[in-house]
Amino acid sequence: MHKEPQVNLELALQHGLSAEEYQHLLDLLGRTPTFTELGIFSVMWSEHCSYKNSILELKKLPRSGGRLLVSAGEENAGLVDIGDGLAVCFKIESHNHPSAVEPYQGAATGVGGIMRDVFTMGARPIAALNSLRFGPLDDARNRYLFDGVVRGIADYGNCLGVPTVAGEIYFEPCYSGNPLVNAMTVGIVRHDQTARAVAHGRGNPVYIIGSRTGRDGIHGATFASEELDEASEARRPNVQVGDPFTEKLLLEATLELIQAGVLVGIQDMGAAGLTCSSTEMAAKGKCGMELILDRVPLREPDMSAYEIMLSESQERMLAVVKKGHEAAVEAICRKWDLECACIGRVIDEPVLRVYFQGQKVAEVPPFHCVLGGGAPVYQREARKPTYLEEVNRLELESLPPVTDPGRVLLQLLGSPNIASKQWVYEQYDHMVQAGTCLLPGGDAAVVRVPGTNKGLAVTTDCNARYVYLNPRRGARIAVAEAARNVVCTGAEPLAVTNCLNFGNPYKPEIYYQFREAVAGLGEACRALNTPVTGGNVSFYNESPQGAVYPTPVIGMVGLLEDLSYLTPAAFVQPGDDIWLVGETFPELGGSELLRTTYGKVLGDCPHLDLDLEKRTQRAVLQAIRTGLVHSAHDVAEGGLAVALAECCLMNQENPLGAKVRFSQPAMRPEWFLFSESQSRFILSAPPAAREQLHDLFQQAGISAQPIGTVGGNQLIIEPWIQLDLDRLSAVYYQTIAQRMTVSG
Amino acid sequence: MKSAVIVFPGSNCDRDVFRALARFGLNPSYVWHKETSLAGFDLVVLPGGFSYGDYLRAGAIARFSPIMREVVRVAEKGIRVLGICNGFQILTEAGLLPGALLRNAHLRFVCKYVWVRVENASTPFTAALGKQKTLKIPIAHGEGNYYADAEILAELEAGNQIVFRYATPDGQVSPAANPNGSVANIAGIINRKGNVLGMMPHPERAVEPLLGSTDGQWIFQSLLNTN
Repeated sequence: MHKEPQVNLELALQHGLSAEEYQHLLDLLGRTPTFTELGIFSVMWSEHCSYKNSILELKKLPRSGGRLLVSAGEENAGLVDIGDGLAVCFKIESHNHPSAVEPYQGAATGVGGIMRDVFTMGARPIAALNSLRFGPLDDARNRYLFDGVVRGIADYGNCLGVPTVAGEIYFEPCYSGNPLVNAMTVGIVRHDQTARAVAHGRGNPVYIIGSRTGRDGIHGATFASEELDEASEARRPNVQVGDPFTEKLLLEATLELIQAGVLVGIQDMGAAGLTCSSTEMAAKGKCGMELILDRVPLREPDMSAYEIMLSESQERMLAVVKKGHEAAVEAICRKWDLECACIGRVIDEPVLRVYFQGQKVAEVPPFHCVLGGGAPVYQREARKPTYLEEVNRLELESLPPVTDPGRVLLQLLGSPNIASKQWVYEQYDHMVQAGTCLLPGGDAAVVRVPGTNKGLAVTTDCNARYVYLNPRRGARIAVAEAARNVVCTGAEPLAVTNCLNFGNPYKPEIYYQFREAVAGLGEACRALNTPVTGGNVSFYNESPQGAVYPTPVIGMVGLLEDLSYLTPAAFVQPGDDIWLVGETFPELGGSELLRTTYGKVLGDCPHLDLDLEKRTQRAVLQAIRTGLVHSAHDVAEGGLAVALAECCLMNQENPLGAKVRFSQPAMRPEWFLFSESQSRFILSAPPAAREQLHDLFQQAGISAQPIGTVGGNQLIIEPWIQLDLDRLSAVYYQTIAQRMTVSG
Repeated sequence: MKSAVIVFPGSNCDRDVFRALARFGLNPSYVWHKETSLAGFDLVVLPGGFSYGDYLRAGAIARFSPIMREVVRVAEKGIRVLGICNGFQILTEAGLLPGALLRNAHLRFVCKYVWVRVENASTPFTAALGKQKTLKIPIAHGEGNYYADAEILAELEAGNQIVFRYATPDGQVSPAANPNGSVANIAGIINRKGNVLGMMPHPERAVEPLLGSTDGQWIFQSLLNTN
């Protein structure tokens, strides 16, 4: 028997608990906790597991309604009805800190974790997405992180056979010390085949299935709940190691177990491993569990109870099996060459009792461990950051005028934030499962719902520069842009998942950003009728250089009721009219123009009228679904000129030129060309549809007019820009590959 | 016509190729790798994926699966065997096809549409092609860099065993059209007897307009017609 350290306040503080939390624990137990118990509470009450500093704000989000079958927070991932007895199950999660110190494994296990969240509900994953942030690529360390993260995502997702179909990547100095790696999975499940993360039924056996338990990842959840600093490098052993092959077996075995009807409940082991899965399942079932740790298959000998309970070894599940079906469970695991072991049983008494080497090492009430139960909840102090007043000041008139807008367009297409991410997505198998109908590189990607003629449009979005300049409106824009991307494909936005990446919540200025951004998300989700199905909060994204931009990433899923609505972003047909939907104002705050050409991140983010946004999206969707439109693309970073260039280039095999003409606008040409005003789309449509489109937009009260024609091998924006597509294409497609090749 | 789709632990294109086979009337069934008989099947398909995680070397462990002894036996009897991607890798590891598949020359996984030129349209896998000389079919692999020494290469050429080469859309076999560094732009080969084909591109991902290409259909059509 290991000699366990004596628990006292000092040890509790070292475990990341506050003095108040330790006192609360003493009161709760009525005694001094054992070392294992301290470990259990320190991870369960960590920010990562307890959401203690965020839950009060998150509760203000619209978390039900629409087609939601399961409300946010009830299960591992959200569940949304898509008809035919099917539901889509999806969630996004961060793996930022592990990726900062070990990019390959950090990203790989991030993918693995979110996959398990989805298949533990009985859903087969059909698409993977991600949202990544790094520092600028001229720094070798940032290139190393970027390269490692992409390889990690690729190797894990490719091996698992889930297509990685969409994502977004931005490069900003604020992410240099603290990259962001958010991974999202989308799965499909029949309503009657969903599984729950619950334990009940006295005497039902509790099984651990999958990989053996090792010392990797101990205190990963605690690591995620502190700022990064020089000492963080020493945290590398806290990073878990992924085994996608075992995950693939676990995926197949889990779905087979669920379909066989032999389980009461099942939960993946992510953060806080066995501790989190056992306490959450018991708490949800209002029952208890007895665990005998000697029966847990171990990867290395001499592990202590504390280590076994806190291990974050990957590719493991905890299953409560219906008594009498043990043999069936073991046979399915054997078929898939997976280890499984009965490590305990369900008890009526609401207590988690843990035995090891003949001794009771922990006895804790599960309810008090978990979010929504007795885990601490805090309302943090918020204060408007002083930087806002400084950065929001922008005198557009004081900027030197642009003399050659064509050169600026090339410059923007060569900004890694705008340039094609082909170098990245070609490393991901984005076509496995043979259902990817709209490939990466456009707005949202579209995957077919297997066995139907329906499609799901999926996207991740967040312009964090906007959120930095205006937390509330910037967050609203993130939701609106995600919806715009979904609408462009012909899909109706269904629901969102979010990954809220912020700095240290104990700093009032950070908490202000968080509170405002969540409020903005809620407003936009309500207006666009896309409830939040769940998600993840990642605080402490800070390095010694400061906090990252507040980055509330939105993952959105939309439904194409009929795949005949499917619409690409790129121009399709020479001779088509090009339509501009929406109005352009001199809005350059936080724009790519300001950043790339002037080297400034200043101003206020663009204005957003949620009512107008909704009406515009509806009108565009109606135009698409009436069959009037050949292509649809939203106007985002880089404004109108960049959007037009993208429409020309995004079908790389068949690029199509465009000629558009504008009369002199009531603002500088470069403001007009590169303004990032919201609620705008570029459509292409046959000239025969002109009248109908006019009527449609007029009735909707939306500004929309033909501005030119598709065709040729140049992009001509009269009277300012005339460029060969070859030249634009070279910059757009080669920028990132070139930067990464230099690094070797 | 009955076809078997072998499922190894880690196969992940088994369901895709199953659907494609069914679409073209090739009556597929799954066969688990621990089984030992392929009696009654006219076609055996080794699907893409990462059998055994591609640990050690792609295909190196799968070749020892119980079913592989039977695959070798039926191949020798003349039953058609199609190996796609990981399936191709397994066929070379099992000695049913010559050469080896190395890591891509650029050392990165690559997934994209490529064009292949059909070099031999008289095999049971390509006979339905007619006049079409180039096919647009996706690839997705990290180890697709076909290698054979000069002697084997000469044999392959002499025996008309090179079935597909990476090419431009208009059929030029050029270094720029080679996505992985394969010797002589080789994308697929057949055994001397003409009944075992290995190819890196995924025809099952190119069988309907919705997915961007239907050129993969010719492989399945050929197999149906030449039965």
